[in-house]
Amino acid sequence: MNTDKSIWVKDLTKKFGDFTAVDAISFEVGKGEIFGFLGANGAGKTTAMKMLIGISKPTSGAAMVAGYDVFHQADLVKQNIGYMSQKFALYDDLTIKENARFFGGIYGLTNTEIKSKTQQLITDLGIQEVVNQNVGSLPLGWKQKLAFSVALLHEPKIVFLDEPTGGVDPITRRQFWEMIYKQAHNGTTIFVTTHYMDEAEYCDRVSIMVDGRIDALDTPAQLKKQFDAESMNEVFLKLARK
Amino acid sequence: MLPIIFVMPIIQILVLSYAATFEVKNIRIGFIDNDKSVDSRDFINRFNASSLFILTDLFQNSDQAIIAIQKGKIDVFIEIPVDFEKKMIQDEHVNLSVQIDAINGSAAGVINGYVGQIVKIFGDDIRKNISTHYVVNSNLKRFEIVPSYWYNPELDYKIFMVPGIIVILVTMISFFLSGMNIVREKEIGTLEQINVTPIKKHQFIIGKLLPFWILALFILFFAMNIGRILFHVPILGNPFLILSFASIYILVFLGMGFFISNFTDTQQQAMFIAWFFVVIFILMGGLFTPIESMPIWAQRLTEFNPVKYFIEVIRMVMLKGSDFSDVKLQFLKISIYALVMNGLAVWSYKKTN
Repeated sequence: MNTDKSIWVKDLTKKFGDFTAVDAISFEVGKGEIFGFLGANGAGKTTAMKMLIGISKPTSGAAMVAGYDVFHQADLVKQNIGYMSQKFALYDDLTIKENARFFGGIYGLTNTEIKSKTQQLITDLGIQEVVNQNVGSLPLGWKQKLAFSVALLHEPKIVFLDEPTGGVDPITRRQFWEMIYKQAHNGTTIFVTTHYMDEAEYCDRVSIMVDGRIDALDTPAQLKKQFDAESMNEVFLKLARK
Repeated sequence: MLPIIFVMPIIQILVLSYAATFEVKNIRIGFIDNDKSVDSRDFINRFNASSLFILTDLFQNSDQAIIAIQKGKIDVFIEIPVDFEKKMIQDEHVNLSVQIDAINGSAAGVINGYVGQIVKIFGDDIRKNISTHYVVNSNLKRFEIVPSYWYNPELDYKIFMVPGIIVILVTMISFFLSGMNIVREKEIGTLEQINVTPIKKHQFIIGKLLPFWILALFILFFAMNIGRILFHVPILGNPFLILSFASIYILVFLGMGFFISNFTDTQQQAMFIAWFFVVIFILMGGLFTPIESMPIWAQRLTEFNPVKYFIEVIRMVMLKGSDFSDVKLQFLKISIYALVMNGLAVWSYKKTN
């Protein structure tokens, strides 16, 4: 067991009755790495991710996240990770500051920490003028960036992003990935699922799930070489059609 | 949402307190006067003078009257026979035909009672009149019952209904709000976000339910004051006894709502299930119909009805001035209920599936 790794997964399996959603997957993710977790719809990405963030109990196998066992130390795992779901999951009827105070409070930040971090967040995102607006009224692109920033409020070691850029425009996506890079540069591990193959190219390493298994795992450049493909898109199609 | 939470109970208590009444008033009555005498006219006037009856029509024959009943224009008609006056004076037996629309059976019974009373008083008056003129044998001693109505001397229905309606308001607020709440967060996705945080189960549940608990208690307090000031419903007992019972009672429904929320995926499902229980609880809670007149098996079922206990307690304390020793059994039962429901709620809420 390698505890230097941010995420360490061995034969992780999840069954729903007879159906095996995740079939004995194994991989490791290093500190500060941007790890792309790819797969077609229904390939088992979300289920695998839910096990890693501690809201779904694995059927068998082992997994360590941020140095803690997902089986027995789910609350410690949760304390050390950030999560941003594909649904916008801040409270629509609270303002930016209220959301930040709420989630900061849950992670046990002190009031002064919450205040300074919220201020930081507002300055970084340049959203001074909408601070007292309910977040429900913000444009989707802003919401996504806001949700990402809130997920980072407690300085987690790893951030899980579940299709974070779904439905936003290319410019916002670009800005979003700049935020991700900056965060990874600061040493935060990024675990991201996406359907955009151009985003897959931005990742340090990429895994591709097919039918509950990980069929390919390497850097984008290596994968393209391995599958004799021009782009990640081609790699993905070749794997998914196999 | 917050204005709705406050406006709805106020409207409900104002409107329902007037509407939810079993008093039979404004009875539309018709007559077929075959006698057309002074006495028969006096007889009809007795009804007209009563605040309970509205003299709607005079018919020529019973066919007309029956059509009027069928069309719903009148509730009751009385046919006065020929020789009405003559027989009255001769102190003979008089047959009156009274026909009542009995689709609502209990209302028909009440109408029959009213008609009987007016007829009896009329008969007595006639007899008195006659006896002053001709000294008839007045050795007919009659029993007269003078009832004295306890706890509600004027038989004001509002005094009976308002405490019950207050219970319904508190029940709906606590049950529906908590029932909708978690499942709503499931729908919008914030529950998943909460579940990936290290928040403790009890922190989450208390955080979710405490605001509703305070809100429901506040509404109870508010509604009791409306009842006292607007409807002059007395609060003979200690109001804090009611509030402390309610503080446990509300927990029952918060727990129940939370429990339902955990087993449903959409607000629609949760609403449907919550309504299923609310209708049973209200109709079997003794608000409208006395539990004592239900069949035995139904009476046994009401033992599991928390609404029944609160209605008992609030009526006893407000109207009879009962103290804790009178309602300690209800306190015990509702406490057990609260423990069980909240135990189930905590057990069924899982951060990890």
